[in-house]
Amino acid sequence: MLYQPWPWYIAGPLIALVMAVLILMGKRFGMSSNLETFCSIGGAGKFTDYFKVDLKSRRWNLLVVLGSVIGGFLGAHLLSPNPAVQISEKTVTKLNELGFESAGTAYLPTELFSMEALTKPLVWIILLVAGFLVGFGTRYAGGCTSGHAISGLSNLQRPSLIAVIGFFIGGLIMVHVLFPLIFGS
Amino acid sequence: MKSIWYIIVGTFLGVILYKSEAASWFRIYEMFQFDSFHMYGIIGSALAVGIVLVQWIKRSKVKSFFGEPINIQDKERSFARYIIGGTLFGLGWALAGACPGPMYILAGTGYWPMFIVLFGAVVGAFIYGILRNKLPH
Repeated sequence: MLYQPWPWYIAGPLIALVMAVLILMGKRFGMSSNLETFCSIGGAGKFTDYFKVDLKSRRWNLLVVLGSVIGGFLGAHLLSPNPAVQISEKTVTKLNELGFESAGTAYLPTELFSMEALTKPLVWIILLVAGFLVGFGTRYAGGCTSGHAISGLSNLQRPSLIAVIGFFIGGLIMVHVLFPLIFGS
Repeated sequence: MKSIWYIIVGTFLGVILYKSEAASWFRIYEMFQFDSFHMYGIIGSALAVGIVLVQWIKRSKVKSFFGEPINIQDKERSFARYIIGGTLFGLGWALAGACPGPMYILAGTGYWPMFIVLFGAVVGAFIYGILRNKLPH
Protein backbone atom coordinates (compact mmCIF):
# COMPACT_ATOMS: atom_id res chain seq x y z
CA MET A 1 0.00 0.00 0.00
CA LEU A 2 2.77 2.43 1.02
CA TYR A 3 4.62 1.64 -2.21
CA GLN A 4 1.60 2.17 -4.46
CA PRO A 5 0.51 5.69 -5.47
CA TRP A 6 -1.50 7.16 -2.59
CA PRO A 7 -5.20 7.74 -3.30
CA TRP A 8 -6.63 11.26 -3.17
CA TYR A 9 -8.69 10.59 -0.03
CA ILE A 10 -5.49 9.85 1.89
CA ALA A 11 -3.37 12.65 0.40
CA GLY A 12 -5.91 15.49 0.66
CA PRO A 13 -6.64 15.16 4.39
CA LEU A 14 -2.90 14.73 5.09
CA ILE A 15 -2.15 17.99 3.25
CA ALA A 16 -4.80 19.70 5.41
CA LEU A 17 -3.08 18.20 8.45
CA VAL A 18 0.27 19.71 7.38
CA MET A 19 -1.43 23.10 7.09
CA ALA A 20 -3.05 22.75 10.54
CA VAL A 21 0.24 21.68 12.18
CA LEU A 22 2.00 24.72 10.70
CA ILE A 23 -0.78 27.01 11.99
CA LEU A 24 -0.51 25.33 15.40
CA MET A 25 3.22 26.05 15.30
CA GLY A 26 2.29 29.73 14.91
CA LYS A 27 3.18 29.80 11.19
CA ARG A 28 1.30 29.35 7.92
CA PHE A 29 1.31 27.02 4.93
CA GLY A 30 2.74 28.88 1.94
CA MET A 31 5.51 27.66 -0.32
CA SER A 32 5.88 30.53 -2.77
CA SER A 33 7.04 33.19 -0.29
CA ASN A 34 10.29 31.22 -0.19
CA LEU A 35 10.94 32.43 -3.74
CA GLU A 36 11.15 35.98 -2.34
CA THR A 37 13.41 34.77 0.44
CA PHE A 38 15.79 33.36 -2.19
CA CYS A 39 15.79 36.81 -3.85
CA SER A 40 16.64 38.42 -0.51
CA ILE A 41 19.45 35.94 0.12
CA GLY A 42 20.79 36.69 -3.36
CA GLY A 43 21.03 40.40 -2.55
CA ALA A 44 17.82 41.68 -4.18
CA GLY A 45 17.50 44.16 -1.29
CA LYS A 46 20.02 46.31 -3.16
CA PHE A 47 17.43 46.91 -5.87
CA THR A 48 14.25 47.48 -3.88
CA ASP A 49 13.31 47.71 -0.22
CA TYR A 50 10.67 45.04 -0.86
CA PHE A 51 13.40 42.41 -0.54
CA LYS A 52 14.97 43.94 2.58
CA VAL A 53 13.59 41.46 5.09
CA ASP A 54 14.78 39.94 8.32
CA LEU A 55 16.00 36.60 7.02
CA LYS A 56 15.75 35.06 10.47
CA SER A 57 11.96 35.46 10.33
CA ARG A 58 11.91 33.47 7.06
CA ARG A 59 14.16 30.68 8.25
CA TRP A 60 11.39 28.33 9.41
CA ASN A 61 9.86 28.22 5.93
CA LEU A 62 13.21 27.40 4.33
CA LEU A 63 13.43 24.48 6.76
CA VAL A 64 10.02 23.29 5.55
CA VAL A 65 11.39 23.45 1.99
CA LEU A 66 14.49 21.52 3.05
CA GLY A 67 12.25 18.90 4.62
CA SER A 68 10.06 18.65 1.53
CA VAL A 69 13.16 18.02 -0.60
CA ILE A 70 14.14 15.20 1.78
CA GLY A 71 10.57 13.89 1.69
CA GLY A 72 10.44 13.99 -2.09
CA PHE A 73 13.74 12.12 -2.23
CA LEU A 74 12.44 9.43 0.15
CA GLY A 75 9.15 9.19 -1.71
CA ALA A 76 10.85 8.80 -5.07
CA HIS A 77 13.83 6.60 -4.20
CA LEU A 78 12.58 4.44 -1.32
CA LEU A 79 8.80 4.33 -1.62
CA SER A 80 8.22 4.19 -5.38
CA PRO A 81 9.50 1.09 -7.17
CA ASN A 82 7.55 2.16 -10.26
CA PRO A 83 7.56 5.89 -11.11
CA ALA A 84 5.01 5.61 -13.95
CA VAL A 85 1.89 7.69 -13.33
CA GLN A 86 -1.27 5.89 -14.41
CA ILE A 87 -3.11 8.78 -16.02
CA SER A 88 -6.35 8.18 -17.87
CA GLU A 89 -6.32 6.63 -21.34
CA LYS A 90 -7.89 9.76 -22.80
CA THR A 91 -5.06 11.90 -21.43
CA VAL A 92 -2.43 9.51 -22.81
CA THR A 93 -4.00 9.73 -26.27
CA LYS A 94 -4.10 13.55 -26.17
CA LEU A 95 -0.48 13.73 -25.03
CA ASN A 96 0.70 11.26 -27.66
CA GLU A 97 -0.88 13.49 -30.30
CA LEU A 98 1.12 16.42 -28.91
CA GLY A 99 4.32 14.37 -29.16
CA PHE A 100 4.63 13.30 -25.51
CA GLU A 101 5.52 9.63 -25.99
CA SER A 102 6.40 9.25 -22.29
CA ALA A 103 2.78 9.75 -21.19
CA GLY A 104 1.75 6.88 -18.91
CA THR A 105 5.30 5.56 -18.52
CA ALA A 106 7.04 8.19 -16.37
CA TYR A 107 6.56 10.60 -13.46
CA LEU A 108 7.52 13.65 -15.53
CA PRO A 109 7.60 13.88 -19.35
CA THR A 110 11.09 13.00 -20.57
CA GLU A 111 10.39 15.35 -23.50
CA LEU A 112 10.88 18.27 -21.05
CA PHE A 113 12.60 16.94 -17.95
CA SER A 114 15.51 14.78 -19.09
CA MET A 115 19.13 15.72 -19.77
CA GLU A 116 18.57 14.73 -23.39
CA ALA A 117 15.70 17.22 -23.69
CA LEU A 118 18.07 19.99 -22.60
CA THR A 119 19.94 19.72 -25.89
CA LYS A 120 16.96 21.54 -27.44
CA PRO A 121 16.91 25.33 -27.02
CA LEU A 122 13.09 25.35 -27.14
CA VAL A 123 12.98 23.21 -23.99
CA TRP A 124 15.16 25.73 -22.10
CA ILE A 125 12.83 28.53 -23.17
CA ILE A 126 9.74 26.56 -22.11
CA LEU A 127 11.20 25.74 -18.67
CA LEU A 128 12.39 29.30 -18.05
CA VAL A 129 9.13 30.91 -19.18
CA ALA A 130 7.06 28.43 -17.17
CA GLY A 131 9.13 29.15 -14.05
CA PHE A 132 8.97 32.90 -14.63
CA LEU A 133 5.16 32.85 -14.92
CA VAL A 134 4.86 30.80 -11.73
CA GLY A 135 7.23 33.07 -9.78
CA PHE A 136 5.84 36.37 -11.04
CA GLY A 137 2.21 35.26 -10.93
CA THR A 138 2.31 33.76 -7.47
CA ARG A 139 3.91 36.80 -5.87
CA TYR A 140 1.56 39.14 -7.73
CA ALA A 141 -1.40 37.08 -6.50
CA GLY A 142 0.15 36.83 -3.03
CA GLY A 143 0.17 33.04 -2.88
CA CYS A 144 0.18 29.78 -4.79
CA THR A 145 -1.65 26.49 -4.48
CA SER A 146 -0.68 26.09 -0.81
CA GLY A 147 -1.29 29.71 0.22
CA HIS A 148 -4.53 30.33 -1.69
CA ALA A 149 -6.12 27.04 -2.82
CA ILE A 150 -5.50 25.22 0.48
CA SER A 151 -4.85 27.80 3.24
CA GLY A 152 -6.89 30.72 1.92
CA LEU A 153 -9.94 28.71 0.89
CA SER A 154 -9.81 26.75 4.17
CA ASN A 155 -10.13 30.12 5.89
CA LEU A 156 -13.02 31.04 3.52
CA GLN A 157 -11.18 33.98 2.00
CA ARG A 158 -12.83 35.58 -1.02
CA PRO A 159 -9.47 36.85 -2.41
CA SER A 160 -8.20 33.27 -2.48
CA LEU A 161 -11.28 32.18 -4.43
CA ILE A 162 -10.55 34.90 -7.02
CA ALA A 163 -6.91 33.76 -7.20
CA VAL A 164 -7.91 30.10 -7.65
CA ILE A 165 -10.34 31.07 -10.42
CA GLY A 166 -7.36 32.87 -12.01
CA PHE A 167 -5.22 29.71 -11.62
CA PHE A 168 -7.83 27.79 -13.61
CA ILE A 169 -8.31 30.47 -16.27
CA GLY A 170 -4.54 30.45 -16.85
CA GLY A 171 -4.21 26.67 -16.72
CA LEU A 172 -7.11 26.05 -19.10
CA ILE A 173 -5.80 28.63 -21.61
CA MET A 174 -2.34 27.03 -21.47
CA VAL A 175 -3.50 23.44 -21.92
CA HIS A 176 -6.32 23.97 -24.42
CA VAL A 177 -5.15 26.97 -26.46
CA LEU A 178 -1.38 27.28 -26.13
CA PHE A 179 -0.25 23.64 -25.87
CA PRO A 180 -1.30 22.83 -29.47
CA LEU A 181 0.67 25.89 -30.63
CA ILE A 182 3.78 25.12 -28.56
CA PHE A 183 3.95 21.33 -28.93
CA GLY A 184 1.62 20.52 -31.80
CA SER A 185 3.90 21.28 -34.73
CA MET B 1 15.02 22.53 18.68
CA LYS B 2 12.03 23.97 16.85
CA SER B 3 14.05 23.65 13.64
CA ILE B 4 13.83 19.88 13.53
CA TRP B 5 10.02 20.08 13.66
CA TYR B 6 9.85 22.30 10.57
CA ILE B 7 12.07 19.84 8.74
CA ILE B 8 9.87 16.91 9.85
CA VAL B 9 6.66 18.67 8.72
CA GLY B 10 8.33 19.49 5.40
CA THR B 11 9.50 15.89 4.96
CA PHE B 12 5.96 14.67 5.56
CA LEU B 13 4.68 17.17 2.96
CA GLY B 14 7.31 16.10 0.44
CA VAL B 15 6.38 12.42 0.75
CA ILE B 16 2.64 13.18 0.45
CA LEU B 17 3.01 15.40 -2.64
CA TYR B 18 5.30 12.91 -4.37
CA LYS B 19 3.37 9.75 -3.48
CA SER B 20 -0.04 11.23 -4.31
CA GLU B 21 1.39 12.23 -7.74
CA ALA B 22 0.29 15.84 -7.12
CA ALA B 23 3.89 16.64 -8.10
CA SER B 24 3.51 14.92 -11.48
CA TRP B 25 3.33 17.08 -14.60
CA PHE B 26 0.97 14.48 -16.10
CA ARG B 27 -1.55 14.83 -13.26
CA ILE B 28 -1.68 18.61 -13.70
CA TYR B 29 -2.29 18.23 -17.45
CA GLU B 30 -4.95 15.60 -16.79
CA MET B 31 -6.63 17.93 -14.28
CA PHE B 32 -6.88 20.77 -16.79
CA GLN B 33 -8.30 18.28 -19.31
CA PHE B 34 -10.94 17.19 -16.74
CA ASP B 35 -10.01 13.58 -17.54
CA SER B 36 -9.69 12.39 -13.95
CA PHE B 37 -11.09 13.13 -10.52
CA HIS B 38 -7.72 12.55 -8.83
CA MET B 39 -6.44 16.14 -8.42
CA TYR B 40 -9.93 17.48 -7.66
CA GLY B 41 -10.23 14.78 -5.01
CA ILE B 42 -6.92 15.82 -3.42
CA ILE B 43 -7.73 19.54 -3.38
CA GLY B 44 -11.39 18.97 -2.44
CA SER B 45 -10.70 16.61 0.45
CA ALA B 46 -7.84 18.84 1.67
CA LEU B 47 -10.31 21.72 1.70
CA ALA B 48 -13.09 19.79 3.43
CA VAL B 49 -10.75 18.80 6.25
CA GLY B 50 -8.93 22.15 6.14
CA ILE B 51 -12.09 24.21 6.64
CA VAL B 52 -13.03 22.14 9.71
CA LEU B 53 -9.53 22.39 11.21
CA VAL B 54 -9.19 26.14 10.60
CA GLN B 55 -12.65 26.86 12.01
CA TRP B 56 -11.81 24.76 15.05
CA ILE B 57 -8.50 26.60 15.58
CA LYS B 58 -10.22 29.99 15.25
CA ARG B 59 -13.21 29.22 17.46
CA SER B 60 -11.47 27.27 20.21
CA LYS B 61 -8.86 30.03 20.55
CA VAL B 62 -6.35 27.22 21.05
CA LYS B 63 -2.77 28.34 21.75
CA SER B 64 0.13 27.33 19.52
CA PHE B 65 2.36 24.40 20.50
CA PHE B 66 4.73 27.02 21.89
CA GLY B 67 2.04 28.71 24.03
CA GLU B 68 1.53 31.78 21.84
CA PRO B 69 -1.88 33.03 20.67
CA ILE B 70 -2.68 32.08 17.05
CA ASN B 71 -3.53 34.81 14.60
CA ILE B 72 -4.65 33.77 11.10
CA GLN B 73 -4.45 36.87 8.94
CA ASP B 74 -7.19 37.70 6.45
CA LYS B 75 -6.07 38.22 2.85
CA GLU B 76 -5.98 41.82 1.68
CA ARG B 77 -9.17 42.74 -0.21
CA SER B 78 -8.64 43.37 -3.90
CA PHE B 79 -9.61 41.99 -7.27
CA ALA B 80 -7.00 42.91 -9.87
CA ARG B 81 -3.95 41.38 -8.24
CA TYR B 82 -5.68 38.08 -7.57
CA ILE B 83 -7.23 37.60 -11.00
CA ILE B 84 -4.21 38.85 -13.02
CA GLY B 85 -1.57 37.27 -10.81
CA GLY B 86 -3.62 34.11 -10.53
CA THR B 87 -4.03 33.78 -14.30
CA LEU B 88 -0.29 34.28 -14.90
CA PHE B 89 0.42 31.68 -12.22
CA GLY B 90 -2.05 29.27 -13.84
CA LEU B 91 -0.33 29.60 -17.23
CA GLY B 92 2.98 28.72 -15.62
CA TRP B 93 1.52 25.98 -13.41
CA ALA B 94 0.12 24.13 -16.45
CA LEU B 95 3.29 24.57 -18.53
CA ALA B 96 5.77 23.60 -15.80
CA GLY B 97 3.31 21.02 -14.43
CA ALA B 98 4.41 22.08 -10.97
CA CYS B 99 3.65 24.76 -8.43
CA PRO B 100 6.40 25.97 -6.07
CA GLY B 101 6.18 23.11 -3.52
CA PRO B 102 6.60 20.32 -6.09
CA MET B 103 9.36 22.33 -7.83
CA TYR B 104 11.59 22.11 -4.75
CA ILE B 105 10.64 18.48 -4.26
CA LEU B 106 11.35 17.41 -7.84
CA ALA B 107 14.62 19.35 -8.07
CA GLY B 108 15.79 17.50 -4.95
CA THR B 109 14.60 14.19 -6.31
CA GLY B 110 17.02 14.41 -9.20
CA TYR B 111 14.96 15.92 -12.01
CA TRP B 112 17.75 18.41 -12.72
CA PRO B 113 15.89 20.42 -15.42
CA MET B 114 13.56 21.52 -12.59
CA PHE B 115 16.41 23.79 -11.41
CA ILE B 116 15.92 25.78 -14.64
CA VAL B 117 12.22 26.18 -13.79
CA LEU B 118 13.13 27.15 -10.23
CA PHE B 119 15.64 29.69 -11.51
CA GLY B 120 12.91 31.18 -13.74
CA ALA B 121 10.57 31.31 -10.74
CA VAL B 122 13.08 33.19 -8.57
CA VAL B 123 13.69 35.65 -11.44
CA GLY B 124 9.91 36.06 -11.78
CA ALA B 125 9.55 36.82 -8.08
CA PHE B 126 12.44 39.29 -8.37
CA ILE B 127 10.91 41.11 -11.35
CA TYR B 128 7.60 41.31 -9.47
CA GLY B 129 9.41 42.94 -6.54
CA ILE B 130 10.94 45.50 -8.92
CA LEU B 131 7.69 46.28 -10.76
CA ARG B 132 5.16 45.96 -7.95
CA ASN B 133 4.66 49.69 -7.43
CA LYS B 134 3.75 50.09 -11.11
CA LEU B 135 1.27 47.17 -11.23
CA PRO B 136 -2.46 47.37 -10.45
CA HIS B 137 -3.17 45.70 -7.11
